[in-house]
Amino acid sequence: MRLDSVESLNRLRNESRQRLDARKKKIFVCLGPGCLAAGSDQILEEFNKLLAQENIKDYSLEAIKKTGCHGLCARGPIVVIEPEGIFYSKVKKNHVSQIIEKTLKNGELIESLLYSENGSKKKITDYRDIPFYANQYRIGLRNVGKIDPDEITDYIASGGYQALARVLTEMKPQNVIDEITQSGLRGRGGAGFPAGRKWATCAKVESDVRYVICNGDEGDPGAFMDRCIMEGDPHSIIEGMIICSYAVGSREGYIYVREEYPLAVINLQKAIDDARSYGLLGENIMGTDHCFDIKISRGGGAFVCGESSALMKSVAGDVGEPRAKYIRSVIRGLHDKPTVLNNVESFATVPVIIDKGAEWFTSVGTEKSTGTKAFSLAGKVINTGLVEVPMGVTLRHIIFDIGGGVPAGRQFKAVQTGGPSGGCLPADKLDLPVDFDTLTEAGSMMGSGGMIVMDDRTCMVEVARYFLEFLVKESCGKCVPCREGLYQLYKLCTKICEGKATEDDLVLMEKLSDTIRKASLCGLGQSGPNPFVSTVRYFRDEYLAHIRDKKCPAGVCRNLTTFTINDKCTGCLACISVCPVDAITGEKKKLHVINQELCTRCGSCYDICKFDAVDIQ
Amino acid sequence: MIPDMTRIKDIIARNPRQPGSLIAVLQDIQRAFHYLPQEALVETARELNVPLSKVYSASTFYNAFSLTPRGENIIRVCKGTACHIKGADLILDQLESGLKIKPGQTSKDMKYTLEVVNCVGACAMAPVMIINNKYHGTVRCDRALKLVKKG
Repeated sequence: MRLDSVESLNRLRNESRQRLDARKKKIFVCLGPGCLAAGSDQILEEFNKLLAQENIKDYSLEAIKKTGCHGLCARGPIVVIEPEGIFYSKVKKNHVSQIIEKTLKNGELIESLLYSENGSKKKITDYRDIPFYANQYRIGLRNVGKIDPDEITDYIASGGYQALARVLTEMKPQNVIDEITQSGLRGRGGAGFPAGRKWATCAKVESDVRYVICNGDEGDPGAFMDRCIMEGDPHSIIEGMIICSYAVGSREGYIYVREEYPLAVINLQKAIDDARSYGLLGENIMGTDHCFDIKISRGGGAFVCGESSALMKSVAGDVGEPRAKYIRSVIRGLHDKPTVLNNVESFATVPVIIDKGAEWFTSVGTEKSTGTKAFSLAGKVINTGLVEVPMGVTLRHIIFDIGGGVPAGRQFKAVQTGGPSGGCLPADKLDLPVDFDTLTEAGSMMGSGGMIVMDDRTCMVEVARYFLEFLVKESCGKCVPCREGLYQLYKLCTKICEGKATEDDLVLMEKLSDTIRKASLCGLGQSGPNPFVSTVRYFRDEYLAHIRDKKCPAGVCRNLTTFTINDKCTGCLACISVCPVDAITGEKKKLHVINQELCTRCGSCYDICKFDAVDIQ
Repeated sequence: MIPDMTRIKDIIARNPRQPGSLIAVLQDIQRAFHYLPQEALVETARELNVPLSKVYSASTFYNAFSLTPRGENIIRVCKGTACHIKGADLILDQLESGLKIKPGQTSKDMKYTLEVVNCVGACAMAPVMIINNKYHGTVRCDRALKLVKKG
């Protein structure tokens, strides 16, 4: 079917809405990365198999929907039954027949699969009542987890491509740019550059060809928001890109997806093909004069390719080395032509801004950081998953109210935002509002949205060493300050972790950081020392403990750690069962002993012990 | 072992014959052979009219490419931030000593290749290990080797 006018889009929307009537029963099975890792594909298969054999009123095979990430990955695999919003968590394949028998046939709830807050016995049925969801505000993630990403009609039924129709028939390109500028939308990839200004500059440059590129290279370790949008709601990105292409006058676009996300490539390709066959991509979109098409460009697994000039080189089939940006890529980008590069979440947000207006968008968030931001919450936090909140809420709200805090018995220590270019913020910064400028001032950055929570079992020196190792590996090698400087910084940091450093080394590291910052060619190098700089700023004591006392307070750095068992040991055998090298001996109800010769200092015994019987020395 | 040249030629022919196709061609060859045979690099350079040095440069720049043959089973340990602080190194230790190979290496019997990946975006299930494209979440270090042997 080809949509050759706005009327035909509206007709299709109404038909699709009727088919997907909100009052009708539906079963949503989450196939997001977390749930998939826990085997949700088998659950979907089982539902399909069993429902095909049964004939249940209201629940035909059509009622089963596979979705992208629903959000609360910690409780995956997730199955949601609508319209009631019944939220079944940690579902296993053998639960499926039970769900069909009890819930679908008789309307009974299965208590054991329902959600309850940590430490509470009260079960919550509707996911909208769960604090993790109730505290969120979803714009970029509006459809993720709620529609089948493979069905273009699901997207259209949810109001998709309406913004595009309005843009193409009622707005001039300049109006679109004005709307985006007024909305205050800032790039969600990390740096927070105003999208409207970027579009305006691109449109003004004299050129026969302009490109629109979507940056789906989500290279920050610990970030998966963009993956979830690409997999779970690909059409929102495509619609955002088409709107941008109209605003800046482009006919050709690319989505650059990293190699590690094969499912994102498949879902995006299907979405592009569908959009093309519906006349939403290609020549004369929706019967208008506007023409635009999108190709997918797969990355090769190089972190530096998230940098704009490196990314464009990679799209052109080259090695992704950044260039000095005396001339910005919006003026001379891909193939030296003016290019708009925005990230996945930015493009996915664009249609909503057009739909609801710039004024509405600025009413959400703060004055200088409008709208919402998606975060992937992970690490030592109870509710790991996908979160979207208005800009300006506090870190505490995200980590404790939504994330449920750190697991029992542990202390919150730091939160890492912004990936390798960002930094770690300590507990006394928890009440800072989350927006672009505040986080940068505090020595971290918004980044693309990875948020990793750390507890007292995380060594901050070792975290800095980890990020430096990452950056050394990922430095493209073009400029010396980054290639050599970061390597020296990494070596010195390793020296601290091994207990071989002096305080002079720390001074040297601080000097070196300053040079790397000032002299590197691209953002990767310039921000490279951040993991060290922010940890030494807030956790200097921990560095000094390694250097002066030759101790690792968190019990992570192996050279500086010894685990011993004290007399609180009840002889429960738990540590013996988890020790990977069988270094612990002891009998039931008798004191256990760690053989220090065999011990690899992994700390598994410490983490599993419920009686405080393992000491870190 | 001489790779199947017709297959290599087929793969190259599926892409537009221009220098810009370089990464895409290498990705397709990597997918088909699980590594980039030398013969394939030479053929790619000739067909796309790109200097061999540039083909070599691209194939060593991107993490996705391997220049040595890989084993029957590919084991990837995620070293994203969340996985790291939840003990990815401990998993790696167990696998290294159990399989007697370091990351990037393949066991002598060509059965296992051990790799480290930056982040696979399944952070909520950290630490994550991927055995032949099957994800395993919240892996305990003492169970890692058993999971690998089970396949």
